[in-house]
Amino acid sequence: MNMMSAARRKLVVIGNGMAGMRTVEEILHRAPGMFEITVFGAEAQPNYDRIMLSPLLAGDKNFEQIVLNSLEWYAEHNIRLIAGEAVTTIDRAHHTVTGEHGTVVKYDYLLLATGSNPFVLPLPGVERPGVMTFRSVSDVEKMLSIAAPGKSAVVIGGGLLGLEAAHGLNLRGMEVSVVHLMPTLMERQLDASAAHLLERALTARGMTIYTGANTESFDGEGEHGAVHSVTLKDGRRIPADLVVMAVGIRPNANLAKASGIATDRGVLVDDAMRTSDPAIFAIGECVEHNKQCYGLVAPIWDMAKVAADHICGAAQSGFMPVASGTRLKVSGIEMFSAGAFMGDKSTEDVILRDAARGIYKRLVLRDDRLVGIVCFGDARDAGWYFQLLKDEAPLGDLRDTMIFGPVMAAGDPHEALAQMPDNAEICGCNGVKKSTICNAIAAHELCTVEDVRARTKASASCGSCTGLVEGLLKLSLGENYTPDAVKPMCKCTSHGHDEVRRRIKGGALKTIPAVMQALEWTTPNGCASCRPALNFYLLAAWPGEYVDDAQSRFVNERMHANIQKDGTYSVIPRMWGGTTTAGELRAIADVVDKFNIPAVKVTGGQRIDMLGVKKEDLCAVWQDLNEAGLVSGHAYGKSLRTVKTCVGSEWCRFGVQDSTAMGVALEKATWGSWHPHKVKLAVSGCPRNCAEATIKDFGVVATEAGWDLHVGGNGGIKVRATELLCKVTTEEEVMEYACAFLQLYRMEARYLERTAPWIERAGLKYVQERIVDNAELRRSLFEDFLHAQKFAQTDPWAQEATSPALGKKFNAMAELV
Amino acid sequence: MDGMRIARDFVDIGALAEIPRLGARTVTTGMGDIAIFRTADDRVFALRDQCPHKQGPLSQGIVHGASVTCPLHNWVISLESGQAQGLDKGCAPHFAVKVEDGRVLLALGVPA
Ligand code: SRM
Ligand SMILES: Cc1cc2nc3c(=O)[nH]c(=O)nc-3n(C[C@H](O)[C@H](O)[C@H](O)COP(=O)(O)OP(=O)(O)OC[C@H]3O[C@@H](n4cnc5c(N)ncnc54)[C@H](O)[C@@H]3O)c2cc1C
Ligand code: SF4
Ligand code: FES
Repeated sequence: MNMMSAARRKLVVIGNGMAGMRTVEEILHRAPGMFEITVFGAEAQPNYDRIMLSPLLAGDKNFEQIVLNSLEWYAEHNIRLIAGEAVTTIDRAHHTVTGEHGTVVKYDYLLLATGSNPFVLPLPGVERPGVMTFRSVSDVEKMLSIAAPGKSAVVIGGGLLGLEAAHGLNLRGMEVSVVHLMPTLMERQLDASAAHLLERALTARGMTIYTGANTESFDGEGEHGAVHSVTLKDGRRIPADLVVMAVGIRPNANLAKASGIATDRGVLVDDAMRTSDPAIFAIGECVEHNKQCYGLVAPIWDMAKVAADHICGAAQSGFMPVASGTRLKVSGIEMFSAGAFMGDKSTEDVILRDAARGIYKRLVLRDDRLVGIVCFGDARDAGWYFQLLKDEAPLGDLRDTMIFGPVMAAGDPHEALAQMPDNAEICGCNGVKKSTICNAIAAHELCTVEDVRARTKASASCGSCTGLVEGLLKLSLGENYTPDAVKPMCKCTSHGHDEVRRRIKGGALKTIPAVMQALEWTTPNGCASCRPALNFYLLAAWPGEYVDDAQSRFVNERMHANIQKDGTYSVIPRMWGGTTTAGELRAIADVVDKFNIPAVKVTGGQRIDMLGVKKEDLCAVWQDLNEAGLVSGHAYGKSLRTVKTCVGSEWCRFGVQDSTAMGVALEKATWGSWHPHKVKLAVSGCPRNCAEATIKDFGVVATEAGWDLHVGGNGGIKVRATELLCKVTTEEEVMEYACAFLQLYRMEARYLERTAPWIERAGLKYVQERIVDNAELRRSLFEDFLHAQKFAQTDPWAQEATSPALGKKFNAMAELV
Repeated sequence: MDGMRIARDFVDIGALAEIPRLGARTVTTGMGDIAIFRTADDRVFALRDQCPHKQGPLSQGIVHGASVTCPLHNWVISLESGQAQGLDKGCAPHFAVKVEDGRVLLALGVPA
């Protein structure tokens, strides 16, 4: 074939970007000289690697380093490049295109490669100087003209692009905030667990992440002034010298559409990348193939081959999309995701969490094949996983070990620990070496982790080296090592309650996802048994700091009322120490009438229960009760329930102390406190004990000399009489001992363990040593309790009844009739 | 007859943001309440708001993974199939529901 023949066919390419030029390269490869090629590019530069805009912004690369096809290359291949001129019309009848500066070029074949446009949120202030998108070299230049250390940047959108922009600006010394609409970052590439780690890594680099945040406006001086802040829908305001919007892309199909080529979201193409006009091909982000648009280069490279095959008439190939993987180009953060990483009803998960190294890997399997991958913290094996995914081959035996990567950890971990040098540090928190531990085990005949902890402090803080310490015990004791059989909290973890509580404190873990990651939970978000426990442990560990998670609470605590067998609720207001007034009783009577409440009962806890209240009526019922001064009685909670009293010395002929006033004071001090289980108190005015104080968690019985304090009673399933803790003389002492006792219980008992079984486990002596013998500790427990109460004593009824956002959950979201 | 028409089509019942993650909201219908669940990874599911055991309101349970634990006696119900898990037997009817542009669409006539 004579390539230099006179009538060479004319190929015009619209779009001098990655897809267009890759196709040109493929064409040159197949049939050099077959076409007379003209390329129109709206951008002034030669074709560059758009992917590398992120490193360009971050300062890791300069523009020369990211150019793909230099001007010399175009000249060498006799390609006419018309850069800086966008094509404005395609005349399909006459086979010509016209540029914005008037250049007209004839074509035999036309290739559309116009890419996509960043989506711009139509919000007030979007046209202000300083508000921009992230798509081209000129966008990067604009950002860099504003970026300077100490200035503030707000990135709207926590997807791949947004986070890369945020990272770049962060490296340029800016104060960067990311505002993301969805609850977790990169939700299209990462599951919630990986997203949590990502958020943590970015926060550690000084970025501020706002998730679940909706932008309201971009604000500045006057109507046209540069942006100076971003306002969120919830009223929060973030300073911003620069706003980068990275909320998505739209295929750029305008030109095709205006020329009468079939388009939908993008330019419609068949498997040959041909549009509805047989002389016109389209490729890259501007196309829509089988209802699918693309935003990554891997599929675009496949498209380029197919288009070149057909344009040159070289082969009859067809475009077949394959899964693409995504990596985040943020130095130091390893992340990879591909395929159906979320999983669905037909898939199973293999999950690996390595808390110490911040690693999370999730492989999603369907019918013995790998269909989805999420790696965070360690993406070294991502390529291998991705190949397995693309191969679609049955995994067979590989399934058991593949999560550990292609090179299964050489030999067994036991051996690795044995090989570790003596001076290797095992416990980072306390700087304890291997030799120190091994010597201690030998010298003091230690045989449990607890022993090692007490003797060497190894694993006594964050606890993430517990596994290593156990390994050393095994090495030293061999067969003689019998790990204490700790009952795991639930099937989501191998850790027991105590270990979890210790690690929450030691590791400064402050959210449920943080605990699940650090303790290597085996399920993505726990179960109905561990979530309420974790929520309580966090609440107890970090008063005022931990944000309660309503979704991890049992229905009663979420609804502040007891669910009944028919789905209605019962409402029990507090009656301090069992006392009430005519006004309160009247208010209750009115509420019962107004809301047609079917049953009213006096409870065993000295108060009044309104039963059968409809969910939709709860807020209104509470509002009415609140108005009469009645607040939630927490009859529904793992919390302080009641303080029963008897009439005492005020009225009773035998009474020796004012038990009613003491009970009211105790209830006022302790209401609202959350506990591992419900907690009940009682105060009797004399040893006749009419308030049944000796079957309560904390019982107080008056004597001539003062007060007897009793603990660990239970009147429920298994009756247990209290044991005497001690005797005290003043009301102040009763208060201090009671609160200190409750604090010790809430910090040490396991979730759903009442005081009775707890004391049987810990021993009365243990409690007495802390509450009675050690005045300093008692004092500090008392203070800790009072501190926590500052955040706990808010009436949940008042809170819900006055907050429309919270109140929503009581009503249906829609009615369909 | 109008009701029939609505029932078969997908109907916009509100924004996804109105349902808490790992939580649920209800929709009142002529055939009783429907519970709309949202998982941690923003999938939504619709089940009749009645536990196959003793009609407990599933919408008030604790959501974990793609399951909900009934608030009354702790049966665990699959959100995807409505089937009771483990040794318990029973099934809550489920409905087609999807999210488009942040809106939740429910179709009562279409079995999921
Ligand atoms: C309403 C009331 C019965 C009554 O009409 O008197 C009651 C009702 C319930 N009790 Fe009780 N208990 C009530 C006083 C008691 C008492 C007596 C007392 O507090 O002096 C006891 C024995 C004392 C004790 O707790 O040691 C008592 C021991 C239990 C137990 C067994 C606890 C145990 O540790 O063994 C349970 C089961 C549980 O909590 O797991 C229980 C559980 C329940 C539940 C919450 C069952 C449930 O989960 O739905 C009932 C809620 C009904 C509702 O919706 O209101 N209820 N329950 C009493 C409410 C008192 C209040 O004003 O808050
Ligand atoms: C910051 C950033 C980071 C990215 N990171 C990755 C990554 O890590 N991995 C990955 O796979 N992908 C990444 N991408 C996406 C990748 O860059 C695109 O998928 C790819 O560039 C698409 O190629 P394209 O040719 O379709 O579009 P483009 O590369 O955008 O090229 C289209 C060109 O057409 C021009 N044009 C448009 N209309 C006209 C007209 N009427 N006349 C003349 N010219 C016109 C445009 O100016 C543009 O130069 C990233 C993108 C960005 C912006
Ligand atoms: S004794 Fe049993 S039936 Fe009666 S209120 Fe308590 S839990 Fe319910
Ligand atoms: S009603 Fe749901 S478990 Fe009993």
